[in-house]
Order: sequence, then C-alpha cells, then structure tokens
Amino acid sequence: MTIQANVATGDKANDAIIPGTKYEILETARRQVLEDGIGLTESQLVEVLELPDEALPAALQLSHEVRLRHCGEDVEVEGIISIKTGGCPEDCHFCSQSGLFDSPVRGVWLDIPELVKAAKETAATGATEFCIVAAVRGPDIKLMNQIKFAIDRINEAVDINIACSLGMLTQRQVDQLAEWGVHRYNHNLETARSYFPEVVTTHSYEERLDTCNMVKAAGMELCCGALIGMGESLEQRAELAAQLAALEPHEVPLNFLNPRPGTPLENQGIMDGKDALRAIAAFRLAMPRTVLRYAGGRELTLGDLGTREGLLGGINAVIVGNYLTTLGRPATADLNLLVELNMPIKELQKTL
Amino acid sequence: MNGVSFPNRSTTGVSTGSTTAEFCGHCGEPSDGGARPTSDVHRRCGERLAMEPPRYCAACRRRMKVQVTPLGWSAECSRHGVLVP
Repeated sequence: MTIQANVATGDKANDAIIPGTKYEILETARRQVLEDGIGLTESQLVEVLELPDEALPAALQLSHEVRLRHCGEDVEVEGIISIKTGGCPEDCHFCSQSGLFDSPVRGVWLDIPELVKAAKETAATGATEFCIVAAVRGPDIKLMNQIKFAIDRINEAVDINIACSLGMLTQRQVDQLAEWGVHRYNHNLETARSYFPEVVTTHSYEERLDTCNMVKAAGMELCCGALIGMGESLEQRAELAAQLAALEPHEVPLNFLNPRPGTPLENQGIMDGKDALRAIAAFRLAMPRTVLRYAGGRELTLGDLGTREGLLGGINAVIVGNYLTTLGRPATADLNLLVELNMPIKELQKTL
Repeated sequence: MNGVSFPNRSTTGVSTGSTTAEFCGHCGEPSDGGARPTSDVHRRCGERLAMEPPRYCAACRRRMKVQVTPLGWSAECSRHGVLVP
C-alpha cells in the first residue's frame, strides 16, 4: 500500500483518486467486485475497514460505482412503524423496547386506522415500502390477527408494498405471512456471530438464522440488517458483513447505535463518522447487488454531510422520516437530497 | 402542579414547549428552566429532544404512552392529555 503524498486537506475529496495513489485492496475490489460482481471476503473486508482516512474518498467512490453498476441509480424509500411498542421479553442490549431494562419506553399498541393513515402518509412521500414492526420475541395469535387485518385495510387504502418485522417465526407463521402478500420480512442479524452473545442472551444466532432461512425459502424477500457501533471490533464488523453476504438478503438495513437511556449500552459512545463511512463502503463491497439501506442512528453518527457521502458511497435506500421510538431527519431533507444528487426514487412494482 | 420540592421553579420549560414544564420530558428529572442557568445535563436533554419525542410528562413526570409514526409522533399522559409536535 502506498500512502498518499499530498494528504487531503478536507475539501479536496478527489485527492485520493489521483493517478499514482494506490490502495491495493481497492484495486483488488475494483476487479473482483466492480468488474466480476463477486463480493469481498471477510479478510478483504478487514482491509477496507482499516483503510486510512486519506483512502476513504476512493473507497466510497468505488462503492458508489459498484452500486451504480450492480443495482442502478434508483433509491428505494421506505417508512417504518411500530404496531406494538415496548414490553419485549428479549434482552437485546441496544434496545429501549426490552421490558427487562429500566427504559422510559412504555408499552403501546397502535390502532389500525392510525396505521392506515401512516401508510398513506408514507406512500405520499414516494416511498414504495411500508414496514410494520412489533417488539416481540415472535408473534402470538393476537398479533398475527392484527397483522392480517392491518394488511387488508392498508391494501384497501393505498398502493404500497407491505413488509413486516415481527421477530422469530414458526414455519406456519412464515407461510401465513407469505400467503397474505407480505413481500418482504425483516429479521436482523444485528451483529457478528462472535459478538452476538455479548449483545443478546435470550435467544441465539442460530434462531435468528432459522427465521431468515425460512423467510427466503417461502419466497418472501429477506431484509436482514446490521447494527454497528456496539463495541464490536473491526474484525467482527467484517465478520458480520461476510455473514450477511452469505445469507444473500434482498436488503440490508444498516443501523448505527444510538445509545438508549436505561439499556446496557446506554454509555457506549457514538461511533466515529469516518468508521461509519468505511463500514458503508465495506458492506457494499461485500454485497454488490443488495439493497443497502440507511437506517437508524445515521443522523447522530453521520450528520447531514455524512448522509450525503454515504449516498455517494454505496447506500441505495433510505428509511424516510422517523424510526420506531426515535425521530429521523425531516422526510423532505432526504427527498430534497435525492433530487439534488439526481437519484430517482424507485417506483412501485407490486408483486401481486 | 406538584413540583413541591421546587416551588419557585418557572413553569416555562426547556424541553417540551409545554407551559407547565416542571419536569424534563427526556429524563424525567426536575426541569431547571426559569431563573437559574440551564444545567449541562438538561441542555443535552434539550438537544436530544430534537431527535426523539419526550417520554415523561412535563407536568407530572408520569411516563407517557408515545407513538412514533414516519411523519409524526404523539405522547399521551393519562392525567394531562396528548402532546403532539
């Protein structure tokens, strides 16, 4: 690796891609990922995550080219909503909705008319995806009935793809959701297998993988995400990207820890913005064809400038507006940015 | 109002925009709006409330039932009603 002679001064973003400036892993990635469409391996991803700051513009530029070549220029816009908030029996250490921590988040159920209203508002932003989320270990009959009812009411009112995130599923529940027209199911790995026991003790990595695999086998699109900045090492971040790549999810939402009061991770510092951008580049280079979505925590970790850099560095989807218990940037801020970057919003393609 | 331990506290809050902010909407501790300088703690709470809805009723400190939607939120106190942005 040759260290660049003229160190970037902050506003010369193209310095790192001037001729003669070479980072071997990026040269390799250009051939392997951009040209051949083969994602980087775990050890290669570690090299990307360890790139110096001076190499970051070149890494993001390459990831952007990979995204354009393998995914196109469209950006997929999604809204998410919590149908059942709080009181979860699981102990995911990052989550304010666990009933096991002293979090200020109270248990709340959303009524269906409000849910339909939110779906309409989401569709009006140009979003093609609406994900209904419940803070549960897995759905019970009451929740499944609510979901069925919600899907029918939303379909009557508005054209939008419906996704669900309801925790771990049984085979029967997977089949029911597929039959009801849920076209995508979210179930995150969250972190690397080797770090998972530090973050969750009430269920296993294997159980998460089981649900993911059943979802895929049933013909639903798998949305399987990451939450980085929880104290994992760079090696574990690479491990996570490789484990996600092996699952071949349709979509990977990338979250950055927003430490929540009362949770075991409440005192974890917010991750460095440049590390977050390196991770974006690495995830894109691990998964050239996946929908790589900006999800929670980007406002804190990346800010406005970083949000823009990520969209020019491998990200090709956003969660618009608010999250489940926290607020996002105003929807208009993201939508205006997409206009400015000349990135069209992906149009609705109903699979039914 | 039941801010008995801080009887001189101003009723103009720093955190929720409510006119009866005895308590910080973010952390639930007594609000320090009014005559005294805002503490660093609550200044951070105020910043955080730009990116998350309040969880505690500013009038009585009860935890509120908060529903976030893609384009809005509401926070309901069983005693003091519904707060919206």
